[in-house]
Amino acid sequence: MAMAIRVFLSFLLFLSLTNLASSLYEDQVGLMDWHQQYIGKVKHAVFHTQKTGRKRVLVSTEENVVASLDLRHGEIFWRHVLGTNDVVDGIDIALGKYVITLSSDGSILRAWNLPDGQMVWESSLQGSKESKSILNIPKNLKADKDDLILVFGKGCLHAISGIDGEVLWRKDFASESIEVSHIIQSPEVIYVAGFVGSSKFYVYEVNAKSGELLKNNHVALPFATSGESLSVSGDKFVVLDDVRSKIVTIDINNGNINYNQKQVSDLIKDSSGQAVILPSKLPGLFALKINSQVLLIKVTNEGELVALDQIDNTAAFSNALSISEDQHVFAFVQYEDNKIQLSVKDVNDWNGALLKENLVIDHQRGNIEKIFINNYVRTDRSHGFRALMVMEDHSLLLVQQGEIVWSREDGLASVVDVTTSELPVEKEGVSVAKVEQNLFEWLKGHVLKLKGTLMIASAEEKIAIQKLRLRSSEKSKMTRDHNGFRKLLIVLTRAGKVFALHTGDGRIVWSTTLHALRKSEDCEHPVGLNIYQWQVPHHHALDENPSLLVIGRCGPSVTAPTVISFLDAYTGKELNSLSLAHTVARVIPLPYTDSTEQRLHLIIDVNKHAYLYPRTPEAIEILKREFSNIYWYSVETDNGVIRGHALKSNCIHEIVDEYCFVFRDLWSIVFPSESEKIIATVTRKSNEVVHTQAKVMTDHDVMYKYISKNILFVANAAPKASGEIGTATPEEATLVIYIIDTVTGRILHRMTHHGCQGPVHAVFSENWVVYHYFNLRAHRHEMSVIEVYDQSRADNKDIWKFVLGKHNLTSPISSYYRPEISAKSQSYFFTHSVKAIEVTSTAKGITSKQLLIGTIGDQVLALDKRFLDPRRTLNPSQAEKEEGIIPLTDSLPIISQSYITHSLKVEGLRGIVTVPAKLESTSLVFAYGVDLFFTQIAPSRTYDSLTEDFSYALLLLTIVALVAALFVTYVLSERKDLEEKWR
Amino acid sequence: MASFTKSLFLFLFIQFCFSILPSSFAQSPTPGSSDGYTIYGRVKIPSFGTKEFSLPAKVSNVKVILNGGQRVSFLRPDGYFSFHNVPAGTHLIEVAAKGYFFSPVRVDVSARNPGKIQAALTENRRGLSEFVLEPLKEEQYYEIREPFSIMSIVKSPMGLMMGFMLIVVFLMPKLMENMDPEEMKRAQEEMRNQGVPSLASLLPGAARSN
Repeated sequence: MAMAIRVFLSFLLFLSLTNLASSLYEDQVGLMDWHQQYIGKVKHAVFHTQKTGRKRVLVSTEENVVASLDLRHGEIFWRHVLGTNDVVDGIDIALGKYVITLSSDGSILRAWNLPDGQMVWESSLQGSKESKSILNIPKNLKADKDDLILVFGKGCLHAISGIDGEVLWRKDFASESIEVSHIIQSPEVIYVAGFVGSSKFYVYEVNAKSGELLKNNHVALPFATSGESLSVSGDKFVVLDDVRSKIVTIDINNGNINYNQKQVSDLIKDSSGQAVILPSKLPGLFALKINSQVLLIKVTNEGELVALDQIDNTAAFSNALSISEDQHVFAFVQYEDNKIQLSVKDVNDWNGALLKENLVIDHQRGNIEKIFINNYVRTDRSHGFRALMVMEDHSLLLVQQGEIVWSREDGLASVVDVTTSELPVEKEGVSVAKVEQNLFEWLKGHVLKLKGTLMIASAEEKIAIQKLRLRSSEKSKMTRDHNGFRKLLIVLTRAGKVFALHTGDGRIVWSTTLHALRKSEDCEHPVGLNIYQWQVPHHHALDENPSLLVIGRCGPSVTAPTVISFLDAYTGKELNSLSLAHTVARVIPLPYTDSTEQRLHLIIDVNKHAYLYPRTPEAIEILKREFSNIYWYSVETDNGVIRGHALKSNCIHEIVDEYCFVFRDLWSIVFPSESEKIIATVTRKSNEVVHTQAKVMTDHDVMYKYISKNILFVANAAPKASGEIGTATPEEATLVIYIIDTVTGRILHRMTHHGCQGPVHAVFSENWVVYHYFNLRAHRHEMSVIEVYDQSRADNKDIWKFVLGKHNLTSPISSYYRPEISAKSQSYFFTHSVKAIEVTSTAKGITSKQLLIGTIGDQVLALDKRFLDPRRTLNPSQAEKEEGIIPLTDSLPIISQSYITHSLKVEGLRGIVTVPAKLESTSLVFAYGVDLFFTQIAPSRTYDSLTEDFSYALLLLTIVALVAALFVTYVLSERKDLEEKWR
Repeated sequence: MASFTKSLFLFLFIQFCFSILPSSFAQSPTPGSSDGYTIYGRVKIPSFGTKEFSLPAKVSNVKVILNGGQRVSFLRPDGYFSFHNVPAGTHLIEVAAKGYFFSPVRVDVSARNPGKIQAALTENRRGLSEFVLEPLKEEQYYEIREPFSIMSIVKSPMGLMMGFMLIVVFLMPKLMENMDPEEMKRAQEEMRNQGVPSLASLLPGAARSN
């Protein structure tokens, strides 16, 4: 009998082993997952609408994306995500068929095929000096044979053939110490103009054919200038002087440079504010911004300045657009009490407006930051205009005839932090109205499904089945479900906007631009930092809405003022917002909640003070009770120090603030700066659930996992090898791994990998840590696992001790007690570079774990933890095989079916978040980057529920067959009985 | 067996590709530049079925990545890529192409021997004489649904249930027939003695007390 069980068990194990890859059928795509593509905040936009056919707009964004968008619907035709260091400086169209992008500080010029986005050529531009980069493509309406692209970058002027990207000539300006800001092309001569220092304006004339320097000329202004100069027309420039009180017009007509100056106060009466020249390129005009007013100033041919108009409350100006030979128009937007007015005017005819439209734009989108215009010819031969607007929340709108034609929520390309929230409980009577389906429809649907099951459905029927599946599933309902699959993903974007996405279909449930994180006078560059769950109502108070805490900062530096904001998780309404008097270096959510289920948070500032939130007496009370149990650590990467902290006492200020505390250093670990540099630290997730503390080994031995929440993984690299791959030799590279207890500062484990370097990506879960690094000797990536076991509890396995009560299991576990630790470790090769690592988390922690690895190809690979088990050996014994230990191989397998992103890519992948569902077998995975991707995965298959493709029809069929058989046999047996009785 | 023939075919095809490729250049020093060399290479994705060099449409989405994301380059229509200003040292090049598995490539840019570039696949330590990167295998992201067959129904739990039922219906009477009538009687007697089987009687202790 025992043998039989054994055989059966090993058979089961064999079955489970063969299914290490959790895979997907092609027709299941979109059932549980969704994928959204974004591009990021648009920096430049170029329209391409001349030819008949597809109308498109080409954009480059702050996420280094070059994309072609459909002008009708805003969909992406094609898109390329450049490298993180490859910042796009300019984009334009050349020869009517190539999109030209200049990137990497003017050193890489690429041409992309306009229809399909295939790269046609790439040119590397050499130079020695950092400089502004300018892309200049002559606007010949008829495609010239020898079209020249002029690029200024790295201190050199390059002339590049538009056909094949060949550099025709280059002229080095690095020795001239000129800050080139303008390139003006005429058929024969190219003018290169810019300032030397701040008061000498130089103009160089270069032969357009050969790059030969023809002459140079300069003018010395009697005062310094400030800000960028602006080219008004081919030969005129305007710039402000250093006190911003004079406008200087520089005229370079016929090689002679003249300048005029005019006081700003002559043009406008109230000139008390700081004047700024707006960078919109308008022929013969420029816009001067003083306070909130914009002054449009015309530059006459004689170089005279004439104030044309004064516009209040303007938001954005577009560049000029030439709609015919001598007609140039531009657009600007104005705010007029709650209304937004878009005006398009002719540069030369100021009084007549070509277009004046009122727009209604959701105020959640914030201000309009940029506007690009394009024209089209209406049926009555008049000009119509469409405007592309970039909003403060990074979204993109296309406006035509006073209406928003399409909008893209491109703020979601820059997700900063993610949290989740449960949906409201379904109340009786409010359930979604049931759609009445007639019987025929119902029957048809089931016949279709049965056909699908029997694989006899045709292609169209398959599509119909897919649609039916998507529609009938309740996954997009707005209420909590039994399995916990439906949740709200709440994401904070860099623009400071908060979105709630439904996990069922990825739609935006609500979005809020935080009032505190809007751009204003005292908050110039607001950035979102973190989002936390602030209040999760208890099971008894389910009618209350959960709330969230958002932390933001007014600028990139740590010392910038901080704002915090509280949001309702169901509606997105901002409940409260505070401008903090202190800075934020770190936020620590404490494991305590008050009577209203608000979680206590400690905010640590840069001046070594800790502030308690919420600011209620009750919170103080709770903190006082747990005062001696609060520990945290800080990592000073620059100094190579890790410190442990504990609260000491209230702050000593003039004003008594009982929510402010000072803290003391408990311990510090100083790493030798000449040999080690901290490159990565990882700790356990505070909400992780561990199912069992013990692990039964093959020989029926028990190992106790060392499970502590206060445990930190630190990876240090040799200073020489702390850069990127390719900068160090194996001899000078070492990687040192530490596992540190953050309460006592004790180093639990230390390990050295010789000849290895970062970047290190790691994940800590239960008692193990998995990390990814680069091995220079083998020149391959490696992944290692360390499992930590508690030896001091190892002698608890004697059953007599349990009976007599002599075990130490009931003794309180304290971080102060020094357990004996044993660590096991193993390393494996891994093929790809890695961008992020996460581990699946489930509700009770029973289900086996999978590592989610975001690879360099922007895919997410699910790798079973069993592949990273230090007990793997080359020839596992029979008993070990039965336990599921996989024979040791030198590299980790990459099974293409276990890519959870299947054939999709999460472009620009930056992070992976896992959330447990209520169903133990399932974990929800959200991967974000430029794209967003969500799916559900079941690391050990869905052992606790029927699979999605379970055939109910077949079950019914069987039951019917069984019942029929029952009757038949009954009748038969009756008949037989009768026959027997007659006999 | 099928996979073996497939891989053999792939191998032969790669050989074929190599044989008709013009000798591509693997390296070249950058003229006039002080810092670094240029790595030129080519990614070739054999399009199965056609013998021409028509690269599949997917090629526009192929990225070539230097040193784990330090730089990203794209392919020209003919599959060539390049990295400029690469300092001397040992570098890693990876190819990210949807649907194909590429081995990372170790690239040694020699400082002593300017412009000398050596490349080797890190997965199988095969040196590359020419810098032409080929996928090691195609990646299949989806499980392939098996076509409908009677066996799959029979193997399913419901099928097994039906099978069991059939056995009971048709085979059991046969077995009963073959049974010795005396033995049958004895068995029936025993059953009567035990009465209705209860949970208590199933426990060994309880059974003994009976």
